[in-house]
Amino acid sequence: MKMIKELIHDYAFFRGLTPEYQELLAGCGSNVRFNPNEFIFREGQPADKFYLIRHGKVSIDVYMPQRGIVTIETIGEGEVLGWSWLFEPYQWHSDARALVLTRAVAFDGQCLRDKCDADVAFGYDIVKRFAQIIIHRLQATQLQNLDVYSLQKRGP
Amino acid sequence: MITPNDPMIPQQYRIRQRQQDNADTFTLELEPTNGTVLQFAPGQFNMLYVFGVGEIPISISGNPATPSKLVHTTRSVGTVTNAMSTLKTGDVIGVRGPYGKSWPVMQSTGRDVVIVAGGIGLAPLRPAIYQLFAKREQFGKLVLLYGTRTQEDILYRQELEQWRARFDVDVYVTVDRATSDWRGNVGVVTNLIPRTPFYPPDTVAMVCGPEVMMRFTVQALQKRGVPTEQIYVSMERNMKCATGFCGHCQFGSTFICKDGPVFSYDQVESFIGMWEV
Repeated sequence: MKMIKELIHDYAFFRGLTPEYQELLAGCGSNVRFNPNEFIFREGQPADKFYLIRHGKVSIDVYMPQRGIVTIETIGEGEVLGWSWLFEPYQWHSDARALVLTRAVAFDGQCLRDKCDADVAFGYDIVKRFAQIIIHRLQATQLQNLDVYSLQKRGP
Repeated sequence: MITPNDPMIPQQYRIRQRQQDNADTFTLELEPTNGTVLQFAPGQFNMLYVFGVGEIPISISGNPATPSKLVHTTRSVGTVTNAMSTLKTGDVIGVRGPYGKSWPVMQSTGRDVVIVAGGIGLAPLRPAIYQLFAKREQFGKLVLLYGTRTQEDILYRQELEQWRARFDVDVYVTVDRATSDWRGNVGVVTNLIPRTPFYPPDTVAMVCGPEVMMRFTVQALQKRGVPTEQIYVSMERNMKCATGFCGHCQFGSTFICKDGPVFSYDQVESFIGMWEV
């Protein structure tokens, strides 16, 4: 358990979390690994975890019948994968697949939600951290949707 | 009266080599018909004249250390560039220049340097990259972040692979859209900024790409802690005379052709993103 707490301490996402909260979080974490091309989760499945990626790379994919698998984003070392565990209906909206050997800390969603409910200040802290990720992804998606390179030119 | 050095008179250059970089982007290597070599600084541009069609500003994308090879990378997007794309080896084109302010390569000595390029924005930055490599020991960390639309649109792919193989530069490439056969990063180029190793307070950033990409990139660099005055961008506007006379490229209180195209971000911050400018 101490090892997970130390791991949490090393990553920017958890920076500033009090030792007490680190302990709470670590109590819901476990080390996991995924082989290349192994699915971490699939669209429609219950979202019961989130992952702190320690090494490796994960692609977030959506399957489109006419186009096949389309990768929306890749997530790498030090980044957090998944926020659906925090919001109803607790269901994944995409697939996540390890592109290379990937090691992560998996945090149990139900365990964390229970702790968030029991300690509202802890819950608020966690929600703020995930809100930052959601804002970042939303802004990145806006830029992606603008398709800026398709209109790019220099001169007539 | 016209003199041989009149900045409005194009000199004739012959196309020595033509390379198709991707579906709509091509690179021309030019040589002067009169043997005069054009010295240039990274970030400067030339006015290229396709005879009988028109003249356009194109950044120089070759190596400043070998100015006898005048290199321009262009995307076919309009009448002149479409006509230019049909030119072949041996054809003659008009060139006047070089014009504009350059990337602050030598002013970055002793600091980390982060290059952020989007799409064909890598072309105006390539001369700066060559110069940074040539004097590599004079800089701290060197980071190149390159974003483009799809894997098929990656510019200078072979060179990017060579640069990536070096031990003294961190090269990250990302694409906005990908299919399952792409094993690299997917997402916008700004996503790479928090992931990369550099010391923000002592970093000079050089950014080139579509204006909206540059705005988002600057925000991400600022959020990471890079001081605004140490962030440089290359602006685009409709440049005609390239000497600051015609006013076509006026941008707020500046002329892109004469005062730019490279600006420190604090010079243009108040105008960039304004619909009216």
